[in-house]
Amino acid sequence: MAGHVVVVGASLGGLRAAEQLRAAGHDGPITIVGEEIHLPYNRPPLSKDVLADAGDDDVERLHAGLVFRRRASIDDVEFLLGRRAVASDLVARTVSLDDGTTLAYDGLVVATGLRARRLPLPGPAAGRHVIRTLDDALGLRSAIRTTATAVVIGAGFVGCETAASLHRLGIRVTVVDPFPVAFERALGPLLGGAIQRHLETAGVRFRTGTGVVSYTGSHAISGVTLDDGTTVSAGLVVEAVGSACNTEWLAGNGLDLSDGVLTDNDLRVLGVDRVVAVGDIARFPNALFGGDPRRVEHWSMPTDTAKRAATTLVADLAGAPVAAAPFAPIPSFWSDLLDLRLQAFGSPALGDTAVVESGDLDHLADGVLVTYLREGRLVGNVAVNLPPVRQRALRDAFLLPVS
Amino acid sequence: MKITVDLDKCQDHGQCAIAAPVAFRMNDEGNLEYETTVEDSYLDEVEEAADVCPVQAILIGQA
Ligand SMILES: Cc1cc2nc3c(=O)[nH]c(=O)nc-3n(C[C@H](O)[C@H](O)[C@H](O)COP(=O)(O)OP(=O)(O)OC[C@H]3O[C@@H](n4cnc5c(N)ncnc54)[C@H](O)[C@@H]3O)c2cc1C
Ligand code: SF4
Repeated sequence: MAGHVVVVGASLGGLRAAEQLRAAGHDGPITIVGEEIHLPYNRPPLSKDVLADAGDDDVERLHAGLVFRRRASIDDVEFLLGRRAVASDLVARTVSLDDGTTLAYDGLVVATGLRARRLPLPGPAAGRHVIRTLDDALGLRSAIRTTATAVVIGAGFVGCETAASLHRLGIRVTVVDPFPVAFERALGPLLGGAIQRHLETAGVRFRTGTGVVSYTGSHAISGVTLDDGTTVSAGLVVEAVGSACNTEWLAGNGLDLSDGVLTDNDLRVLGVDRVVAVGDIARFPNALFGGDPRRVEHWSMPTDTAKRAATTLVADLAGAPVAAAPFAPIPSFWSDLLDLRLQAFGSPALGDTAVVESGDLDHLADGVLVTYLREGRLVGNVAVNLPPVRQRALRDAFLLPVS
Repeated sequence: MKITVDLDKCQDHGQCAIAAPVAFRMNDEGNLEYETTVEDSYLDEVEEAADVCPVQAILIGQA
Protein backbone atom coordinates (compact mmCIF):
# COMPACT_ATOMS: atom_id res chain seq x y z
CA MET A 1 0.00 0.00 0.00
CA ALA A 2 1.57 3.29 -1.09
CA GLY A 3 0.71 6.80 0.07
CA HIS A 4 2.69 9.12 2.34
CA VAL A 5 2.16 8.77 6.08
CA VAL A 6 3.23 11.62 8.33
CA VAL A 7 3.79 10.86 12.02
CA VAL A 8 3.91 13.89 14.31
CA GLY A 9 5.79 13.21 17.55
CA ALA A 10 9.08 11.29 17.67
CA SER A 11 8.96 9.45 20.96
CA LEU A 12 7.85 5.92 21.84
CA GLY A 13 4.40 6.29 20.23
CA GLY A 14 5.67 7.78 16.96
CA LEU A 15 8.43 5.20 16.62
CA ARG A 16 6.20 2.23 17.29
CA ALA A 17 3.57 3.63 14.90
CA ALA A 18 6.10 3.70 12.07
CA GLU A 19 7.29 0.16 12.85
CA GLN A 20 3.73 -1.13 13.06
CA LEU A 21 2.74 0.59 9.80
CA ARG A 22 5.46 -1.43 8.12
CA ALA A 23 4.35 -4.59 9.92
CA ALA A 24 0.77 -3.94 8.73
CA GLY A 25 1.94 -3.76 5.14
CA HIS A 26 2.39 -0.05 4.48
CA ASP A 27 5.35 0.23 2.10
CA GLY A 28 4.97 3.88 1.10
CA PRO A 29 7.06 6.72 2.50
CA ILE A 30 6.86 7.64 6.19
CA THR A 31 8.01 10.94 7.67
CA ILE A 32 8.36 11.38 11.43
CA VAL A 33 8.40 14.95 12.76
CA GLY A 34 9.74 15.57 16.26
CA GLU A 35 10.24 18.70 18.27
CA GLU A 36 13.14 17.28 20.26
CA ILE A 37 16.47 16.98 18.47
CA HIS A 38 17.00 13.43 19.77
CA LEU A 39 16.00 10.17 18.12
CA PRO A 40 13.24 8.47 20.15
CA TYR A 41 14.48 7.51 23.62
CA ASN A 42 13.11 5.91 26.75
CA ARG A 43 11.67 8.36 29.32
CA PRO A 44 11.15 6.25 32.49
CA PRO A 45 14.88 6.24 33.39
CA LEU A 46 14.85 10.07 33.41
CA SER A 47 13.53 10.15 36.97
CA LYS A 48 15.52 7.06 37.99
CA ASP A 49 18.88 5.93 36.55
CA VAL A 50 19.63 9.15 34.68
CA LEU A 51 19.65 11.17 37.89
CA ALA A 52 21.68 8.52 39.70
CA ASP A 53 24.20 8.03 36.87
CA ALA A 54 27.66 9.00 38.10
CA GLY A 55 29.22 9.84 34.73
CA ASP A 56 29.59 13.19 32.99
CA ASP A 57 26.74 15.28 31.60
CA ASP A 58 27.50 14.56 27.96
CA VAL A 59 24.10 14.50 26.29
CA GLU A 60 25.23 12.09 23.55
CA ARG A 61 26.45 9.59 26.12
CA LEU A 62 23.24 9.73 28.13
CA HIS A 63 21.08 9.57 25.00
CA ALA A 64 22.99 6.52 23.77
CA GLY A 65 21.97 4.68 26.93
CA LEU A 66 18.28 5.50 26.39
CA VAL A 67 17.74 5.43 22.63
CA PHE A 68 15.18 2.90 21.40
CA ARG A 69 16.21 0.05 19.14
CA ARG A 70 14.68 0.78 15.73
CA ARG A 71 13.51 -2.09 13.55
CA ALA A 72 15.28 -2.50 10.23
CA SER A 73 11.90 -2.11 8.51
CA ILE A 74 11.99 1.63 9.18
CA ASP A 75 15.55 2.29 7.99
CA ASP A 76 14.11 4.30 5.09
CA VAL A 77 11.86 6.45 7.27
CA GLU A 78 12.70 10.14 7.27
CA PHE A 79 13.11 11.78 10.67
CA LEU A 80 12.60 15.56 10.74
CA LEU A 81 13.98 16.29 14.21
CA GLY A 82 14.11 19.63 15.99
CA ARG A 83 10.99 20.65 14.08
CA ARG A 84 7.57 21.32 15.49
CA ALA A 85 4.17 21.02 13.86
CA VAL A 86 2.41 24.34 14.39
CA ALA A 87 -0.82 23.91 12.41
CA SER A 88 -2.75 21.41 10.35
CA ASP A 89 -5.58 21.27 7.84
CA LEU A 90 -7.12 17.83 8.15
CA VAL A 91 -9.42 18.35 5.15
CA ALA A 92 -6.67 19.50 2.77
CA ARG A 93 -4.42 16.88 4.50
CA THR A 94 -1.47 19.10 5.33
CA VAL A 95 0.69 19.74 8.38
CA SER A 96 2.67 23.00 8.74
CA LEU A 97 6.00 23.06 10.55
CA ASP A 98 7.71 25.84 12.49
CA ASP A 99 10.31 26.33 9.74
CA GLY A 100 7.60 27.32 7.27
CA THR A 101 7.43 24.03 5.36
CA THR A 102 4.17 22.22 4.72
CA LEU A 103 3.91 18.43 4.55
CA ALA A 104 1.13 16.81 2.53
CA TYR A 105 -0.05 13.42 3.76
CA ASP A 106 -2.34 10.58 2.78
CA GLY A 107 -2.44 9.27 6.34
CA LEU A 108 -1.56 11.04 9.61
CA VAL A 109 -0.52 9.70 13.01
CA VAL A 110 -0.91 12.00 16.02
CA ALA A 111 1.80 11.08 18.56
CA THR A 112 2.62 14.40 20.21
CA GLY A 113 2.14 13.19 23.78
CA LEU A 114 2.40 15.49 26.75
CA ARG A 115 4.56 18.22 28.16
CA ALA A 116 5.18 18.91 31.82
CA ARG A 117 2.81 21.39 33.37
CA ARG A 118 4.46 24.27 35.20
CA LEU A 119 3.07 26.06 38.22
CA PRO A 120 1.88 29.57 37.43
CA LEU A 121 3.75 31.06 40.38
CA PRO A 122 5.89 34.18 40.17
CA GLY A 123 9.50 34.03 41.30
CA PRO A 124 12.97 33.45 39.89
CA ALA A 125 13.35 31.07 36.95
CA ALA A 126 16.70 29.74 38.14
CA GLY A 127 16.29 26.62 40.27
CA ARG A 128 12.87 25.62 38.87
CA HIS A 129 12.80 22.25 37.14
CA VAL A 130 10.44 19.78 35.50
CA ILE A 131 11.19 16.29 34.15
CA ARG A 132 9.68 15.22 30.86
CA THR A 133 12.58 15.30 28.41
CA LEU A 134 16.25 14.32 28.40
CA ASP A 135 17.15 18.01 28.33
CA ASP A 136 15.02 18.57 31.45
CA ALA A 137 16.77 15.68 33.22
CA LEU A 138 20.18 17.04 32.22
CA GLY A 139 19.27 20.43 33.66
CA LEU A 140 18.30 18.81 36.94
CA ARG A 141 21.40 16.58 36.99
CA SER A 142 23.74 19.51 36.81
CA ALA A 143 21.75 21.50 39.37
CA ILE A 144 21.80 18.76 42.00
CA ARG A 145 25.60 18.86 42.23
CA THR A 146 25.48 22.26 43.82
CA THR A 147 22.57 21.91 46.21
CA ALA A 148 21.97 20.12 49.49
CA THR A 149 18.21 20.64 49.67
CA ALA A 150 15.31 20.22 47.26
CA VAL A 151 11.53 20.47 47.22
CA VAL A 152 9.53 18.25 44.89
CA ILE A 153 6.02 19.52 44.24
CA GLY A 154 3.63 16.68 43.44
CA ALA A 155 3.55 13.27 45.17
CA GLY A 156 2.68 11.19 42.11
CA PHE A 157 5.00 8.72 40.42
CA VAL A 158 7.29 11.18 38.68
CA GLY A 159 7.53 13.33 41.82
CA CYS A 160 8.19 10.49 44.25
CA GLU A 161 10.63 8.70 41.95
CA THR A 162 12.54 11.93 41.55
CA ALA A 163 12.47 12.53 45.30
CA ALA A 164 13.74 8.99 45.93
CA SER A 165 16.57 9.48 43.42
CA LEU A 166 17.59 12.81 44.97
CA HIS A 167 17.44 11.29 48.45
CA ARG A 168 19.78 8.53 47.34
CA LEU A 169 22.22 11.18 46.18
CA GLY A 170 22.30 12.58 49.70
CA ILE A 171 20.04 15.56 49.11
CA ARG A 172 17.55 16.52 51.79
CA VAL A 173 14.22 16.28 49.93
CA THR A 174 10.73 17.39 50.88
CA VAL A 175 7.74 16.34 48.78
CA VAL A 176 4.75 18.71 48.91
CA ASP A 177 1.26 17.78 47.73
CA PRO A 178 -2.21 19.18 48.42
CA PHE A 179 -3.66 15.65 48.61
CA PRO A 180 -3.63 14.07 52.10
CA VAL A 181 -1.39 11.16 51.06
CA ALA A 182 1.07 10.41 48.27
CA PHE A 183 -0.20 8.53 45.19
CA GLU A 184 -3.77 9.18 46.34
CA ARG A 185 -5.24 9.43 42.85
CA ALA A 186 -3.27 6.60 41.25
CA LEU A 187 -3.22 4.03 44.06
CA GLY A 188 -5.70 5.24 46.68
CA PRO A 189 -4.98 6.18 50.31
CA LEU A 190 -4.37 2.63 51.60
CA LEU A 191 -1.37 1.68 49.46
CA GLY A 192 -0.42 5.30 48.77
CA GLY A 193 -0.14 5.94 52.50
CA ALA A 194 1.91 2.79 53.04
CA ILE A 195 4.40 3.76 50.34
CA GLN A 196 4.62 7.27 51.75
CA ARG A 197 5.42 5.87 55.22
CA HIS A 198 8.04 3.58 53.68
CA LEU A 199 9.73 6.52 51.99
CA GLU A 200 9.47 8.61 55.16
CA THR A 201 11.16 5.90 57.20
CA ALA A 202 13.97 5.97 54.68
CA GLY A 203 14.33 9.72 55.19
CA VAL A 204 12.29 11.39 52.45
CA ARG A 205 10.18 14.18 54.01
CA PHE A 206 6.55 14.76 53.06
CA ARG A 207 4.29 17.78 53.55
CA THR A 208 0.93 16.52 52.35
CA GLY A 209 -2.44 18.21 52.50
CA THR A 210 -0.83 21.52 51.72
CA GLY A 211 0.03 23.40 48.55
CA VAL A 212 2.83 25.75 47.54
CA VAL A 213 1.63 29.35 47.34
CA SER A 214 4.84 31.12 46.43
CA TYR A 215 8.55 30.81 45.80
CA THR A 216 11.19 32.60 47.81
CA GLY A 217 14.50 33.93 46.50
CA SER A 218 15.42 36.85 44.28
CA HIS A 219 17.93 35.59 41.67
CA ALA A 220 17.41 31.90 42.22
CA ILE A 221 14.93 29.80 44.17
CA SER A 222 15.73 29.61 47.88
CA GLY A 223 12.59 27.82 49.02
CA VAL A 224 8.82 27.59 48.95
CA THR A 225 6.04 29.02 51.08
CA LEU A 226 3.14 26.67 51.85
CA ASP A 227 -0.50 27.61 52.28
CA ASP A 228 -0.23 27.23 56.06
CA GLY A 229 2.38 30.02 56.03
CA THR A 230 5.42 27.84 56.73
CA THR A 231 8.44 27.88 54.45
CA VAL A 232 10.71 25.06 53.36
CA SER A 233 14.15 26.05 52.13
CA ALA A 234 15.42 24.45 48.97
CA GLY A 235 18.26 24.98 46.53
CA LEU A 236 16.00 23.76 43.76
CA VAL A 237 12.40 22.90 43.11
CA VAL A 238 11.05 20.14 40.86
CA GLU A 239 7.50 20.77 39.65
CA ALA A 240 5.97 17.31 39.11
CA VAL A 241 2.40 18.52 38.87
CA GLY A 242 1.10 16.62 35.89
CA SER A 243 1.10 17.41 32.24
CA ALA A 244 -0.61 19.20 29.39
CA CYS A 245 -1.49 17.65 26.03
CA ASN A 246 0.36 18.80 22.94
CA THR A 247 -2.71 19.35 20.76
CA GLU A 248 -2.35 23.02 19.79
CA TRP A 249 -1.25 22.12 16.25
CA LEU A 250 -4.57 20.33 15.70
CA ALA A 251 -6.74 23.35 16.62
CA GLY A 252 -9.25 24.70 14.10
CA ASN A 253 -10.21 21.31 12.69
CA GLY A 254 -13.34 20.84 14.76
CA LEU A 255 -11.85 18.00 16.86
CA ASP A 256 -12.65 17.23 20.50
CA LEU A 257 -9.39 18.36 22.13
CA SER A 258 -10.79 18.81 25.63
CA ASP A 259 -8.40 16.14 26.98
CA GLY A 260 -5.91 14.86 24.45
CA VAL A 261 -7.55 13.86 21.19
CA LEU A 262 -10.74 11.84 21.14
CA THR A 263 -10.71 8.65 19.06
CA ASP A 264 -12.90 5.63 18.50
CA ASN A 265 -11.97 2.15 19.71
CA ASP A 266 -9.79 1.67 16.59
CA LEU A 267 -7.81 4.86 17.44
CA ARG A 268 -9.36 6.85 14.55
CA VAL A 269 -9.52 10.53 15.44
CA LEU A 270 -13.24 11.36 15.51
CA GLY A 271 -14.50 13.80 12.92
CA VAL A 272 -11.82 13.39 10.24
CA ASP A 273 -10.61 10.73 7.81
CA ARG A 274 -7.27 8.94 7.73
CA VAL A 275 -6.01 10.32 11.03
CA VAL A 276 -5.18 8.08 14.00
CA ALA A 277 -3.73 8.87 17.43
CA VAL A 278 -1.38 6.83 19.66
CA GLY A 279 0.22 6.95 23.10
CA ASP A 280 -0.35 9.35 25.98
CA ILE A 281 -2.38 11.77 23.87
CA ALA A 282 -5.00 9.30 22.59
CA ARG A 283 -8.32 9.34 24.47
CA PHE A 284 -9.93 6.08 23.43
CA PRO A 285 -12.62 3.79 24.81
CA ASN A 286 -10.98 0.62 26.15
CA ALA A 287 -13.31 -2.35 25.65
CA LEU A 288 -11.86 -3.76 28.87
CA PHE A 289 -13.42 -1.00 30.99
CA GLY A 290 -16.70 -0.29 29.20
CA GLY A 291 -17.26 2.64 26.89
CA ASP A 292 -15.75 5.70 28.58
CA PRO A 293 -12.91 7.18 26.52
CA ARG A 294 -9.79 7.76 28.63
CA ARG A 295 -6.17 8.70 28.14
CA VAL A 296 -3.68 6.31 29.73
CA GLU A 297 -0.25 7.73 30.57
CA HIS A 298 1.62 4.44 30.85
CA TRP A 299 4.64 3.29 28.98
CA SER A 300 2.88 0.16 27.67
CA MET A 301 0.19 2.19 25.87
CA PRO A 302 2.17 3.72 22.97
CA THR A 303 3.19 0.22 21.86
CA ASP A 304 -0.32 -1.24 22.21
CA THR A 305 -2.11 1.69 20.60
CA ALA A 306 0.44 1.95 17.77
CA LYS A 307 -0.23 -1.61 16.75
CA ARG A 308 -3.98 -1.08 16.54
CA ALA A 309 -3.77 2.42 15.03
CA ALA A 310 -1.41 1.23 12.29
CA THR A 311 -3.75 -1.61 11.34
CA THR A 312 -6.65 0.85 11.25
CA LEU A 313 -4.80 3.40 9.12
CA VAL A 314 -3.54 0.82 6.62
CA ALA A 315 -7.07 -0.57 6.26
CA ASP A 316 -8.63 2.89 5.89
CA LEU A 317 -6.05 3.93 3.26
CA ALA A 318 -6.94 0.80 1.30
CA GLY A 319 -10.67 1.20 1.86
CA ALA A 320 -10.68 -2.21 3.53
CA PRO A 321 -12.56 -3.23 6.68
CA VAL A 322 -10.67 -3.32 9.99
CA ALA A 323 -10.40 -6.22 12.41
CA ALA A 324 -13.67 -6.96 14.15
CA ALA A 325 -12.29 -7.79 17.61
CA PRO A 326 -12.61 -4.83 19.98
CA PHE A 327 -9.38 -3.20 21.15
CA ALA A 328 -8.96 -4.03 24.85
CA PRO A 329 -5.34 -3.47 25.90
CA ILE A 330 -4.41 -4.35 29.49
CA PRO A 331 -2.82 -1.26 31.01
CA SER A 332 0.37 -1.96 32.91
CA PHE A 333 2.90 0.22 34.65
CA TRP A 334 5.79 -0.09 36.98
CA SER A 335 7.67 2.21 39.30
CA ASP A 336 10.95 2.01 41.20
CA LEU A 337 11.04 3.75 44.57
CA LEU A 338 14.19 3.12 46.60
CA ASP A 339 14.03 -0.60 47.43
CA LEU A 340 10.44 -1.00 46.17
CA ARG A 341 9.46 -2.23 42.72
CA LEU A 342 5.78 -1.72 41.92
CA GLN A 343 4.12 -3.57 39.05
CA ALA A 344 0.49 -2.76 38.27
CA PHE A 345 -2.00 -4.24 35.83
CA GLY A 346 -5.40 -2.85 34.96
CA SER A 347 -6.46 0.57 36.25
CA PRO A 348 -6.16 0.79 40.04
CA ALA A 349 -7.30 4.43 39.84
CA LEU A 350 -10.76 3.27 38.73
CA GLY A 351 -11.29 1.22 41.90
CA ASP A 352 -13.62 2.20 44.71
CA THR A 353 -12.20 -0.40 47.12
CA ALA A 354 -8.64 -1.60 47.75
CA VAL A 355 -7.99 -5.00 49.33
CA VAL A 356 -4.67 -6.30 50.68
CA GLU A 357 -4.54 -9.82 49.23
CA SER A 358 -1.21 -10.81 50.70
CA GLY A 359 1.62 -9.34 52.72
CA ASP A 360 1.70 -6.56 55.29
CA LEU A 361 1.43 -2.87 54.38
CA ASP A 362 3.90 -2.06 57.15
CA HIS A 363 6.48 -4.34 55.51
CA LEU A 364 6.17 -3.47 51.84
CA ALA A 365 9.68 -4.56 50.99
CA ASP A 366 8.79 -8.15 51.91
CA GLY A 367 6.12 -8.30 49.21
CA VAL A 368 2.51 -7.10 49.10
CA LEU A 369 -0.35 -7.62 46.68
CA VAL A 370 -3.24 -5.14 46.59
CA THR A 371 -6.29 -5.58 44.35
CA TYR A 372 -8.72 -2.85 43.34
CA LEU A 373 -12.44 -3.38 42.88
CA ARG A 374 -15.11 -1.19 41.36
CA GLU A 375 -18.63 -2.17 42.33
CA GLY A 376 -17.25 -5.55 43.36
CA ARG A 377 -15.42 -6.27 40.10
CA LEU A 378 -11.65 -6.45 39.74
CA VAL A 379 -10.28 -3.37 37.91
CA GLY A 380 -6.62 -3.38 38.93
CA ASN A 381 -3.87 -5.00 40.95
CA VAL A 382 -0.56 -3.73 42.25
CA ALA A 383 2.29 -6.01 43.27
CA VAL A 384 5.03 -4.55 45.45
CA ASN A 385 8.27 -6.54 45.52
CA LEU A 386 6.63 -9.75 44.37
CA PRO A 387 8.66 -12.14 42.23
CA PRO A 388 8.17 -11.52 38.50
CA VAL A 389 7.22 -15.14 37.99
CA ARG A 390 3.77 -14.25 39.36
CA GLN A 391 3.16 -11.48 36.87
CA ARG A 392 1.60 -13.55 34.19
CA ALA A 393 -1.23 -14.63 36.48
CA LEU A 394 -1.75 -11.06 37.70
CA ARG A 395 -2.01 -9.86 34.12
CA ASP A 396 -4.20 -12.72 32.96
CA ALA A 397 -6.82 -11.64 35.51
CA PHE A 398 -7.74 -8.97 32.93
CA LEU A 399 -8.10 -11.12 29.85
CA LEU A 400 -11.88 -10.80 30.06
CA PRO A 401 -13.70 -7.46 30.12
CA VAL A 402 -14.15 -6.27 33.69
CA SER A 403 -17.24 -4.16 33.21
CA MET B 1 17.30 -15.87 15.14
CA LYS B 2 19.76 -15.03 17.87
CA ILE B 3 18.76 -13.36 21.11
CA THR B 4 21.03 -11.40 23.39
CA VAL B 5 19.97 -9.78 26.64
CA ASP B 6 22.22 -7.10 28.05
CA LEU B 7 22.29 -8.44 31.61
CA ASP B 8 23.88 -5.24 32.90
CA LYS B 9 20.69 -3.46 31.85
CA CYS B 10 18.09 -6.15 32.60
CA GLN B 11 16.22 -5.44 35.82
CA ASP B 12 14.15 -8.63 35.87
CA HIS B 13 10.88 -6.90 34.97
CA GLY B 14 9.63 -10.13 33.43
CA GLN B 15 7.60 -8.45 30.68
CA CYS B 16 9.52 -10.43 28.06
CA ALA B 17 8.43 -13.70 29.66
CA ILE B 18 4.78 -12.66 29.28
CA ALA B 19 5.23 -11.65 25.62
CA ALA B 20 7.41 -14.55 24.44
CA PRO B 21 7.41 -17.50 26.84
CA VAL B 22 9.06 -19.55 24.09
CA ALA B 23 12.28 -17.62 24.64
CA PHE B 24 12.13 -15.98 28.06
CA ARG B 25 11.36 -17.35 31.51
CA MET B 26 11.58 -16.00 35.04
CA ASN B 27 13.05 -18.57 37.43
CA ASP B 28 11.98 -19.10 41.02
CA GLU B 29 14.66 -16.67 42.24
CA GLY B 30 13.01 -13.99 40.13
CA ASN B 31 15.79 -13.84 37.58
CA LEU B 32 15.60 -14.01 33.82
CA GLU B 33 16.57 -17.15 31.90
CA TYR B 34 16.44 -17.08 28.12
CA GLU B 35 17.16 -19.05 24.95
CA THR B 36 19.98 -17.62 22.85
CA THR B 37 18.58 -19.10 19.65
CA VAL B 38 14.96 -19.68 18.66
CA GLU B 39 13.27 -20.56 15.37
CA ASP B 40 12.60 -17.63 13.02
CA SER B 41 8.90 -18.49 13.05
CA TYR B 42 8.77 -16.93 16.54
CA LEU B 43 10.07 -13.56 15.29
CA ASP B 44 6.81 -11.69 16.00
CA GLU B 45 6.68 -12.84 19.60
CA VAL B 46 10.34 -12.14 20.22
CA GLU B 47 10.10 -8.68 18.64
CA GLU B 48 7.17 -7.98 20.90
CA ALA B 49 9.24 -9.05 23.89
CA ALA B 50 12.00 -6.66 22.82
CA ASP B 51 9.41 -3.87 22.44
CA VAL B 52 7.91 -4.32 25.88
CA CYS B 53 11.15 -4.59 27.86
CA PRO B 54 11.06 -1.42 29.98
CA VAL B 55 14.83 -1.06 29.96
CA GLN B 56 15.23 -2.13 26.31
CA ALA B 57 17.74 -4.83 27.19
CA ILE B 58 16.84 -7.32 24.44
CA LEU B 59 18.71 -7.46 21.15
CA ILE B 60 17.63 -9.62 18.22
CA GLY B 61 20.11 -10.68 15.57
CA GLN B 62 20.30 -12.90 12.52
CA ALA B 63 20.98 -16.54 13.30
C1 LIG C 1 10.16 11.09 34.08
C2 LIG C 1 9.18 10.09 33.56
C3 LIG C 1 9.13 8.80 34.13
C4 LIG C 1 8.22 7.85 33.66
N1 LIG C 1 8.23 6.62 34.26
C5 LIG C 1 7.31 5.70 33.88
C6 LIG C 1 7.29 4.42 34.52
O1 LIG C 1 8.08 4.11 35.41
N2 LIG C 1 6.35 3.53 34.12
C7 LIG C 1 5.44 3.83 33.13
O2 LIG C 1 4.59 2.98 32.82
N3 LIG C 1 5.47 5.02 32.49
C8 LIG C 1 6.38 5.96 32.84
N4 LIG C 1 6.40 7.19 32.20
C9 LIG C 1 5.42 7.46 31.13
C10 LIG C 1 5.93 7.13 29.72
O3 LIG C 1 7.23 7.58 29.53
C11 LIG C 1 4.99 7.74 28.69
O4 LIG C 1 3.76 7.04 28.80
C12 LIG C 1 5.50 7.66 27.24
O5 LIG C 1 6.67 8.42 27.09
C13 LIG C 1 4.44 8.17 26.27
O6 LIG C 1 4.94 8.18 24.96
P1 LIG C 1 4.29 9.05 23.79
O7 LIG C 1 5.11 8.76 22.58
O8 LIG C 1 2.84 8.84 23.74
O9 LIG C 1 4.44 10.59 24.23
P2 LIG C 1 5.74 11.45 24.60
O10 LIG C 1 6.79 10.59 25.15
O11 LIG C 1 5.21 12.58 25.40
O12 LIG C 1 6.27 11.99 23.20
C14 LIG C 1 5.68 12.98 22.44
C15 LIG C 1 6.76 13.58 21.54
O13 LIG C 1 6.14 14.48 20.63
C16 LIG C 1 6.91 15.66 20.53
N5 LIG C 1 6.02 16.77 20.15
C17 LIG C 1 5.10 17.39 20.91
N6 LIG C 1 4.45 18.35 20.22
C18 LIG C 1 4.98 18.33 18.99
C19 LIG C 1 4.72 19.09 17.78
N7 LIG C 1 3.79 20.05 17.74
N8 LIG C 1 5.46 18.80 16.69
C20 LIG C 1 6.40 17.82 16.71
N9 LIG C 1 6.68 17.08 17.81
C21 LIG C 1 5.98 17.33 18.92
C22 LIG C 1 7.49 15.84 21.90
O14 LIG C 1 8.65 16.66 21.84
C23 LIG C 1 7.79 14.40 22.31
O15 LIG C 1 9.08 14.01 21.96
C24 LIG C 1 7.31 8.17 32.63
C25 LIG C 1 7.35 9.46 32.04
C26 LIG C 1 8.27 10.41 32.50
C27 LIG C 1 8.29 11.78 31.87
S1 SF4 D 1 11.61 -7.48 30.20
FE1 SF4 D 1 13.69 -6.71 30.03
S2 SF4 D 1 14.28 -6.17 32.10
FE2 SF4 D 1 12.53 -7.52 32.20
S3 SF4 D 1 13.37 -9.57 32.45
FE3 SF4 D 1 12.98 -9.25 30.31
S4 SF4 D 1 14.93 -8.47 29.55
FE4 SF4 D 1 15.01 -8.25 31.73
